[in-house]
Parts: sequence; structure tokens; C-alpha cells
Amino acid sequence: MADFDQELDASGLNCPLPILRAKKTLAGMEAEQVLHIIATDPGSVKDFEAFAKQTGNELMESKEDGGKFHFLIKKA
Amino acid sequence: MEEKKLAIIATKGSLDWAYPPFILGSTAAALGYEVEIFFTFYGLQLLRKKLALEVTPLGNPGMPMPMGMDKWFPVIGATLPGMQALMTSMMKKKMASKGVASIEELRDLSLEADVRMIACQMTVDLFDMDTADFIDGVEYAGAARFFEFAGEADICLYI
Repeated sequence: MADFDQELDASGLNCPLPILRAKKTLAGMEAEQVLHIIATDPGSVKDFEAFAKQTGNELMESKEDGGKFHFLIKKA
Repeated sequence: MEEKKLAIIATKGSLDWAYPPFILGSTAAALGYEVEIFFTFYGLQLLRKKLALEVTPLGNPGMPMPMGMDKWFPVIGATLPGMQALMTSMMKKKMASKGVASIEELRDLSLEADVRMIACQMTVDLFDMDTADFIDGVEYAGAARFFEFAGEADICLYI
């Protein structure tokens, strides 16, 4: 997994909390910085794709590893 | 890119039906939407500082109940004294165990994200509600105020 500037552990949280927490964390970051999000909600895979598409932030990576989902989002 | 707009009318005052307006409102705000929720009739219960929302299995054949109670005692089981309180407490426990946010949390997140909340003044008068019981930041207005925003909205939901 590529480098990141901040990490958000949203494990155990259900829809829509991972998205809301990610949005809040991104709001405190600089443009071009990368946020690493960890989630356990299987719905978050499609949700983060949709989040990136609609907000213009880039979803650089999305993968599952040992029952956890990892996302890298670069702030626009 | 011009901001999209979401208008919601929240009409229901039970724990389960409190979720859609706040989940959709807060998520839309996170996606960059401008959001307004118009609370009317029983929906006004969602604006109370101290929420006392419950779920009821009564008249709700789609609600899963523990130990197959809905199959053994359909309808009459749901009318037993204390059943509503029991189901509400079970539902809250289940939600917490599955990482589902509480209504209080979703409402706070919505307010934080500048979701505007409008209470129907007519309902306040009709039920002699005390606005001191409601959270701060609520605007009191009528149907015309709703259309001022809804007329420009990209999405309009009646819940």
C-alpha cells in the first residue's frame, strides 16, 4: 500500500458513519494529501467509490485484506 | 460545479423511521449537497432535545421478532403490554452491536454538516408543542417555505 498522510480506522462502524468520518477527516487535510481508511462494512466498498466520484477526491486504492477493507483517498 | 440540493419531508416519529432522513441528509451533505429537512406532524418528535423514540411491531408484519414470536402469536403478541418497550430496547442494543449510529449522533452530524432543519409551525400549534423542547437552530415555517427550497432541489423525498 502506498504512502499516506493520515489514517482513519472506521472498523465496526456501519453506514453512513465511515463516509461521514472520512469526509470530516478530509476536511482537516491539505489538497493532495492521502487518507488511509480502514473499514469492516462491506457496503463501504461501493460507497467509497461513489463518494470519490461525487466529491472529486481520488480513490487511489481499494482492497480487502483479512476481512478488512482499505481505501486510499487523495484529497482534491 | 453548482451545489446539488436535496429536500426531505420527514413525517414519521418512530425510531426506525427516524433513520432515513438523518442518514440521507448527513450523507448528502458529505457528498457536497445543500440539504433541507422539513419536519411535519409526527416527524417533529425527531427534533426534541431529549429523544424518546420507539419502534412498534404493531401493524408491521415486516418487522423481525425474536424467537419467532411473530409466527406463533401474530398481531396479538405485538399488543402485549410492554412489548413496544421491549422491542425498542432490543432494537437499540442490536443497532449498537452492529455499529449503527444512534439518532442523536446522526442528527448532530447532520447539524454539523449544515443540514438545515425546518419545523412545521402548524404542527407545533396543532399539538400545543413547546418549542423550548426542541434543539437549537431549528427554523419554524410553513409549506411555502418548503417549496422555496424544494422548487430548486435536484432530489425531493417524502419520508
